[in-house]
Amino acid sequence: MRRFLILLASLVIAAAVLFVLLRLLPGDPASALISVGADPEQIAAARRQVGSDLPLFEQFVHFVSSLARFDLGTSFISRTPVADEIVARLAVTVPLTLMAFALAVVIAVPLGIVAAVRADKWYGAAISVVSQLGIAIPVFWVGILLVAVFAVNFRIFPSGGFPSTRWSDPAATLRALTLPTVTIAIVMSASLLRYVRSATQDVLDSDYLRTARALGSGFAEALMRHGLCNGAVPVVSILGIELATTFLGAVVVERVFTLPGLGSMLLLGIEQRDYPTVQGVLLISTLIVLLVGFVADIAQRLIDPRLRRSKKGAG
Amino acid sequence: MSHVVSDWRAAALSGAAVLVLALAAPAALAQDADPNAVIRIGSLYEPQNLDNTAGAGQGVTEAFNGNVYEGLFRLTDEGGVEEVLVEDYQISEDGLTYTFTLRDGVTFHSGDPLTAGDVKYSIERVTAPESQSSRRNSLATIESIEAPDDRTVIITLSERSISLPYNLSYVWIVNDAATELTSSADGTGPYQLEDWRRGTSLSLTPYAGYWGEAPSNGGVVFTYFTEATAQNNALLTGAIDIIPSVQSPDSLALFDGNPDFTVTEGASTTKELLAYNDRVAPFDNVQVRKALARAIDKERLLASIWGDYGTLIGSFVPPTDPWYVDLTDVDPYDPDSARQLLEEAGYGDGFSFTLDTPNYDPHPLVAQFIQNALAEIGVTVDINIITANEWYTKIYQAQDFEATLQEHVNHRDIVFYGNPNFYWGYDNPEVTELIASAEASETVDEQVERLTEANRIIAEDAASNWLYLYPQIVVSSADVSGYPVNGLNSQFFAYDIEKSQ
Repeated sequence: MRRFLILLASLVIAAAVLFVLLRLLPGDPASALISVGADPEQIAAARRQVGSDLPLFEQFVHFVSSLARFDLGTSFISRTPVADEIVARLAVTVPLTLMAFALAVVIAVPLGIVAAVRADKWYGAAISVVSQLGIAIPVFWVGILLVAVFAVNFRIFPSGGFPSTRWSDPAATLRALTLPTVTIAIVMSASLLRYVRSATQDVLDSDYLRTARALGSGFAEALMRHGLCNGAVPVVSILGIELATTFLGAVVVERVFTLPGLGSMLLLGIEQRDYPTVQGVLLISTLIVLLVGFVADIAQRLIDPRLRRSKKGAG
Repeated sequence: MSHVVSDWRAAALSGAAVLVLALAAPAALAQDADPNAVIRIGSLYEPQNLDNTAGAGQGVTEAFNGNVYEGLFRLTDEGGVEEVLVEDYQISEDGLTYTFTLRDGVTFHSGDPLTAGDVKYSIERVTAPESQSSRRNSLATIESIEAPDDRTVIITLSERSISLPYNLSYVWIVNDAATELTSSADGTGPYQLEDWRRGTSLSLTPYAGYWGEAPSNGGVVFTYFTEATAQNNALLTGAIDIIPSVQSPDSLALFDGNPDFTVTEGASTTKELLAYNDRVAPFDNVQVRKALARAIDKERLLASIWGDYGTLIGSFVPPTDPWYVDLTDVDPYDPDSARQLLEEAGYGDGFSFTLDTPNYDPHPLVAQFIQNALAEIGVTVDINIITANEWYTKIYQAQDFEATLQEHVNHRDIVFYGNPNFYWGYDNPEVTELIASAEASETVDEQVERLTEANRIIAEDAASNWLYLYPQIVVSSADVSGYPVNGLNSQFFAYDIEKSQ
C-alpha cells in the first residue's frame, strides 16, 4: 500500500511538472492549425479551439479535472482521443521494447558470465572490450548502419516503416521490427553485459563459493548452485532500470525506422505543441516506468530470501 | 567467308532487334500496365487530421484533392481551371451573380446523391468564422448561396471576384450528412478512404460508383515518413513507388542517372525568401532593401543547395502564375552598387540585424550563406534559430522580428503584398489598390495586366528578398508513369498513375 501511494504521488508530481514545463516552451498549439494567409479572426478561432486563450490557471484546473476522471483529453490537432492513439501506439512500442529486452538478456547474460569466468582467456577479454565499444556507440548510429547494410544493400529487411496491416500479418510485422529490435538490443546488451560480468565477478570472489569448492563441488556445479541466485539479485534490479531505459530509448529508434510508436507520437506532439498528446504520452510513460520498477522490486524479493524474511519479520 | 558470317550475324541481329521492338514497344507503352496495381506514394506530409477547414495541413491536400474530394472546379496540374462537378455556369452582366448547374448522376462514397444543398453546405463550411481554410479570405465577397433546386446553385457576391472559379477549386464538396470529417471522409472523387493509420499510412481504393473515368490503378497508399533519409531508403528498396516532392537535394545523387528510377523536374510554386519587417528601420528604406538584394549572389546560393535544379525569378511570382515576368535583372548581384546604395541611405558603416531562421532545411544553410554575403557589405547578421511553431507565434502573429526566412508554397499568392497587415508589413497603397482592383476586374486580361504591374512594383521596391524558386522534383521507380509533375499547391492527382506488370 505504501509503495502504491508513492507511485501515485510520483504520478501527480510528474503531471504538474509536465504541465508547467510544456507551457514554458515558446510557441502556441494554435500555430499548428493555422497556415500562411490566416487572418486575425482565424488565429483567434484556433486559439479558442485549443484553449490557449484561457489563463494558465484555468487550463491547469481543466487538465487536472480531466485526469481525475481518467480522461487524457482530445488532441488539438487530430481531434481524436489521446488515449485511443496511445493504445494504438503501444502496440508498436511495447512489443519492440520487450523483444529488444529479451534479446539483450539472451546476449548479455551468457556473455557476461563468460567474460567474468574466463577473464584470463583472450575471448573473455575480447568480450569486455567489445562491450565497452558498444556502450560508446549512439543508438541511432547503429540503426543507420544496420539499415545501410541489411536493408539497402542486402534487401533482407525493410528499411523502416510499419505494415499498415499492423499485427494481422505477424510475419510481416516481425520482419519490420527485426532491425529496430536488434539495434536496441545491441546497445542495451553492451551495458547489461558489464553488470552481469561484475556481478559474476563478485560471486567468484566470494567466500561461499570458495567454501563450496573446498567441500568438493566442481567449479561449474558450485557456480550454478550457489552463484546464480546470489549473482541474480543485483542484476534483476538493474534489469528493471534497463527495461525502462529501453522503453524511453525507443523514441530515437522509432524515429530512425519511421515506426508509429509512442516515441514518434511524443516528438510530433512536441513539435506541434499539442499539449494533450504530450501530456498523455509522458504520463503513460511515467506510469509504465514506475510500474516496471515496482515489478523489479517484487522480483527481487522473490529471488532473495533475505528480503522476504525481513518483510515477514516486520509484518 | 568471315565477311559472310558477320553479315549474316548482323542481319539476324537487326532482324531480331526489329522483332523485339515490334513486340515490346507497344506492350511497354500501354498493354503492360497492371490495372490492379496499388501505387505506393512516400510522403513527408502526414495529414494532421482529415478536414481541410480544420487545420489539416498540406498533407491532406496531397492525399485528398481530386482523389477523394472534388470541387466545383479543379486547378489542373498545368495551372488552368476546369469544371468538375459543375456542368455549366452563367455569370450575370454585373458579374455579381453566378448560376451553377451541377453535373448529373454524381454520388458520394456513402451512396448519397450530390445535391445543391451539399454544395451550399460545403462552401459555407469554408467561409464559417471558425474555418481554418487558407481560402476563407478570398471567398469573403460571397454574400449568399442559394439552392433553388437539386442541381442549381446561385452565388451572389458583394463585389466582382474574377477568381471565384479558381477560389472554388479549393473548396471540397462534402456530403452535408457526413459527420466526423476530421477522421473520416465522404466525397465524390474517384477514390474512397479505405483506412488511415496515424503515423504510418493512408490508403485509398477506387470508388465503384464514380461518375467519371475509373482510375488506371487499383488504389493508392500514402506512406508517411518523418525524415527524407528513411523516405529515400524506402524508394531504393522498393517499399514505395514514388516520391511526389523531393525535399533533400543530397538524395538526388542516389537516383539521378540510375536506370531503375525516373527523375522529373516540374514547375514549382515554392519560393524561398528573406522577408524583412518592412515596418522597422532600416528595412523601411527601399535603398537598404535593394542593397541587400544586390549583395546576395542568388545563382551561387541556389547552386550550393540544389545543384542544377531550381530557378531564379526576381520576385514572388512563379512562372505558373499568369502574371509572371522575369524580374531577375531588377536587382542583380552587384556588391559594389550594394555598398553605394547603403552609403546613400545613410548606412555607410553598415548595421546589424537578427535573422529568425526556421530550424529545418534549407533555412539554416541559407542563413549562413546570407550572413557571409552581407558581411561583405558591412552588414552583420545574427542568426536566431526558431521552430516552425515559434515562427507562427513570433513572426506571423506577433510580427515581432527584423527579418526571417520562410518558404511560401502557395500558387497565386502575390495577394499577400496587397495586405499591409501581413507579417512582412509591406505597405504601398498603389500595390494594395492594384491587387484589390485586379480581383474586381471584368476580364481576365485586365486582372493579369494589373497583377503584372503589381508584380513589377514589388520587385522595384525590393519588398522582400526573393532568393529562389524551389525545384519541384518527382522521383519514381522506372515502372511507374502517368503522375502529375508539377503538383501545384501540393496536390497530387493519383488516378492516372500506371504501374507496369
